[in-house]
Amino acid sequence: MTGFDETRLGLSGQVYAAAASQGRPALVGYLPVGFPSVPGSLAAFQALVTGRDGVGVDLVEIGMPYSDPVMDGIAIQHATARALERGVRTRDIFEAVQAVSEVGGVAVVMIYWNLVERYGANAFARDLASVGGCGLITPDLTPDEADDWMIASDEHGLDRIFLVSPSSTPERIESTLAACRGWVYATSVMGVTGARSETSTAAPQLVSALKSIHSGLPIGVGLGISNGDQAAELGAFADGVIVGSALVKKLIEADRASNEAAGLDALRDVVSDLADGVRRAR
Amino acid sequence: MSSTLPGSSATAPFALPDRSGHFDQFGGRFVPEALFAALGQLQDSFDDAAKDPAFTAELDRLRRDYAGRPTPITEARRFGAEHCEGARILLKREDLNHTGSHKINNVLGQALLTARMGKKRVIAETGAGQHGVATATAAALFGLECRVYMGEVDTQRQALNVARMQLLGAEVVSVRAGSRTLKDAMNEAMRDWVTNVDSTHYLIGTVGGPHPFPMVVREFQRIISTEARAQVLERYGQLPDAVVACVGGGSNAIGIFADFIGDKSVRLVGYEAGGDGVETGRHAATITAGEVGVLHGMRTYVLQDEDGQTIESHSISAGLDYPGVGPEHAWLAATGRAQYRPVTDTEAMQAFQDLTRSEGIMPAIESAHAIAGVKQLARELIAAGNSSPTILINLSGRGDKDVDTAIKWFGLDGSADLTTGDLS
Repeated sequence: MTGFDETRLGLSGQVYAAAASQGRPALVGYLPVGFPSVPGSLAAFQALVTGRDGVGVDLVEIGMPYSDPVMDGIAIQHATARALERGVRTRDIFEAVQAVSEVGGVAVVMIYWNLVERYGANAFARDLASVGGCGLITPDLTPDEADDWMIASDEHGLDRIFLVSPSSTPERIESTLAACRGWVYATSVMGVTGARSETSTAAPQLVSALKSIHSGLPIGVGLGISNGDQAAELGAFADGVIVGSALVKKLIEADRASNEAAGLDALRDVVSDLADGVRRAR
Repeated sequence: MSSTLPGSSATAPFALPDRSGHFDQFGGRFVPEALFAALGQLQDSFDDAAKDPAFTAELDRLRRDYAGRPTPITEARRFGAEHCEGARILLKREDLNHTGSHKINNVLGQALLTARMGKKRVIAETGAGQHGVATATAAALFGLECRVYMGEVDTQRQALNVARMQLLGAEVVSVRAGSRTLKDAMNEAMRDWVTNVDSTHYLIGTVGGPHPFPMVVREFQRIISTEARAQVLERYGQLPDAVVACVGGGSNAIGIFADFIGDKSVRLVGYEAGGDGVETGRHAATITAGEVGVLHGMRTYVLQDEDGQTIESHSISAGLDYPGVGPEHAWLAATGRAQYRPVTDTEAMQAFQDLTRSEGIMPAIESAHAIAGVKQLARELIAAGNSSPTILINLSGRGDKDVDTAIKWFGLDGSADLTTGDLS
């Protein structure tokens, strides 16, 4: 009994439903493609899925580096700027999706809109669907400007994960939920990405506002989670826990030390801690 | 010459942008959901202010008693004779505003809106520092906390303006991300705004960003053309043949274009920063060489690579060094109502010297791009059969801030040409 509406779960919402059937929230892990390098990022995505001992994130969020990332905090900016310097291309996303699939994982893509528009919304949807990607998280595209994306995602059967924030009005929450397929991304604090020492007090309020709409969509909550205890705390009321900067930081430390293997090792440790966290959330 | 503020349907010949902020395909709101509430609040506050005679009266008072408006029109006779084949060249003297540029027009309006929204803190991005100085000035006047984001490259080439902002009590943040210029300062300001939106107004300095900024800034800059149109008509009994301005983000250009858009006989020309030359790839000529895309919350022309990553722009002028352009300019270009042309660093610096030496008016290097363009445009108009064309240039700012750049460009060393008085 999850309260989810089967018809709205798309592809990635099924991951939430599967976790819920085990009585726990889903764990979503973000990393950018192309950092520390394209091959290095493929290994990192696989480490997200498998963790220390085969249990990792439920859903991988593949971030596409962008020159002007207004939603990203310092850590993710650092990694994505390096990835761009080192030559990452939009098309590398598709390789990353395949790498995730190879180890049995499921992936969505987080991407700023100009990159999709430049590729062509329909062509991008087609190519993402063809490699088994589930859909897009669009940090700077709201349903207001999403006509092309609504059409392309319908045509290719992809999920549309839009963001809601503590400042969203009830009307905007309702219209955003109506436009989503798969799940909805709740940003739990006002601000850009980045691990914070305390989780937000706005999160429970936002989740309860979202639940009151009875959209049937799972609610993933992100921004600020860095360890298993925070994941457990958040997972008590959220359907999914999204972690990004805390993972990226491990790769940055390893990149600075030019020790890719150590980065993967550290990544597996954090992932396992978070995976334990969501399993003691309820 | 009282300001007709917004809604401005009284003066605007076009009902754009539409309610969702579009100029046909351009404009819009490509921003994180977290900012929608603040954009809506700004829109409401602006609409409400537009209908409030007390707001308009207060803005008029500030423009007159504080900024020094109306600014005059100066006929540049020697410049016209020596550099423009005798064409009548009129300068709209926005350089004579308090703080030295047109930026104060927008800042006073938005500072009043900030107070109206009950916010106590403003943030701004700045390139040349003109908008940062204007914002810091208004913050001092209104008692607002102020933080200005400025690319590290720009803090170095505009050190004087950094000091001015600090003297005015603003905190200047040097942005070291990306190209370390105006676009990166905007990214950082957006991030600040996403985080502090409840207490903070983002006082954007150009006719760019998400709706309603392009409209709000246009309406606060419209005063330039409202004054200039009346001044030219009164003094010469005719409209100018052409109205020109430099274009970075495009606020001074929209300001001088706005009331002339409906005058079909008046040619509108914007001059973009051609840097080392458009063919070199090192430039900021967004409309000339960019392609339609999304940047900083708006759909417009963007300098971008094959994947849609923004390409870093280059210009000797910090204020024009931006890889996007306001969406209304994109629309004016696409519809053919205005033309946009590149002017190189070399041409702009030559014009900087030409105007300074022929008129005793030292323009900002930004404005010098428009001066350079007019030298060519006058020849074209004359060649096309208009023997004595009248061209109105928006002289958007004064050049004091650019003296260091000019010293380097012209190889001056600051020592005197001759010495005298030695006992020998």
